[in-house]
Amino acid sequence: MNLEILTPEKKLYSGEVYGVQMPGISGSFEVLEKHAPLVSALKAGRIKVLKDKQNHLAFFDIQSGFVEVINNKVTVLVEGAIPVETA
Amino acid sequence: MAGQLKEVRNRIKSVQSTQQITKAMKMVSAAKLRRAQDAIIQMRPYARKLQEMLSNIVSNSEGEVGMSLAAERPIENVLFIVITSDRGLAGAFNANVIKLANATIAEKYAAQHKKGNVAIWNIGKKGYEFFLKNNYKADATYKDIFLHLTFENVQKAAQAAMKAFEEKQFDVVEIVYSQFKNAATQKFEVERFLPIPKVAKKAGAVKADFIYDPSKEELVKELMPKILNTQLYKAVLDSNASEHGARMTAMDKASENANEMLRSLKISYNRARQAAITTELTEIVSGAAALQG
Repeated sequence: MNLEILTPEKKLYSGEVYGVQMPGISGSFEVLEKHAPLVSALKAGRIKVLKDKQNHLAFFDIQSGFVEVINNKVTVLVEGAIPVETA
Repeated sequence: MAGQLKEVRNRIKSVQSTQQITKAMKMVSAAKLRRAQDAIIQMRPYARKLQEMLSNIVSNSEGEVGMSLAAERPIENVLFIVITSDRGLAGAFNANVIKLANATIAEKYAAQHKKGNVAIWNIGKKGYEFFLKNNYKADATYKDIFLHLTFENVQKAAQAAMKAFEEKQFDVVEIVYSQFKNAATQKFEVERFLPIPKVAKKAGAVKADFIYDPSKEELVKELMPKILNTQLYKAVLDSNASEHGARMTAMDKASENANEMLRSLKISYNRARQAAITTELTEIVSGAAALQG
C-alpha cells in the first residue's frame, strides 16, 4: 500500500510500505494492506513505518495529526513531526 | 568649468554606487523569493488534503456539524491580523496592506473603531510601526514571526486568536495580507478568519463506509483548528513571497532608473568636457594670435 506523511512544511515520507503503526487518540493501532476506510485523529507519539517484511523501519515523532485510509492509500497529516534516527 | 566637471563626475560615481546596491538587493530578493515560493508549494498538499478530509467527513455525515468556532455573534469587538513585512524598500507593498486595513476598518467597522473596539495584531514590523503611531490598539506579540518563519510560530498566533474568539474577546477576526500571484503582482486581500463559514457538502466527495475514531463531530472539532492554522500560515507565506516579489520589482525599477540617470549624466559630463576643451583651445589660439600681432 501507499503511504504519504505530510506536514505543513514539507512532504516527510512518500512510498510503498508494508504497514504503519500510529498513536491513535484512543490507542495505538496498525494499518496493513487492504485496510478498511478509516479516518482517525492521532495524539502525540511515534509513528512506525514498516517499509517491508524484513524489518526495515522508519520512525517519526509527532505532536498531533490525522490519518485517512482509503483505497489502499494512507495519508497522514501531522504537525510538528521529527524523523527519528534509528541506531 | 572645471568645477562643474568635477561635480558631474561625483554625481556619476554616487549614482553608480547606488545602482550597485539596488542590483545586489534585486538579486537577494530573487533568491529569497524562490525560497518563499518553495515553501508555498511544499505546504499545498497538506492544506489540500486537510480540506479534503473535512469535506469528506461533512459530506458523509447527516445534518449540520455545528461548533463554537462558527458562532456568529453581534459584532462588538473586532480583531485584525495585519501581515506586513519587517523591512521597507519594497515599493508600495507595506503601504498598500496598511491602506487596505484602514479602508476596511473605516468601511465596515467604523462604529466599533470609534468605541476603541478594533484591535490589531501585527505580523511584521512595518505595520506595527504605522498602527502604533496612528493610535490604533496595536499588539506586538507576533510582530517578529518573520525572523523565524516556521509553522509552529504562526500556529501560536492562530491558536491565540481562536482562544480569544471562543472566550468572546472578539466577535470577528479578519486577516489583511497580500496574496502572491507572481513576482510582479500581488493581490491585497481581507480574509475572514473567524467565525468560520459553514462547510458546504460536496457531491463529488468520496462515499465510503469510513471508520471514525473518535466520532465525526469530535474529528471536525479537531480538524477545524488545524485548518485555521494552515490558513494563517498560508497567508503569512503568501505575504512573505509577495514582499520579496515586490522588492525585486522595485529594485529592478530602481536599477533601470539609475541607468537612465547615468546616461543623461554622462551626456552632460561629455558636453562640459568638450566645452572646457573648446574654451582652452580658443584661449591658446587667441593668445598666439595676440603674440604674432
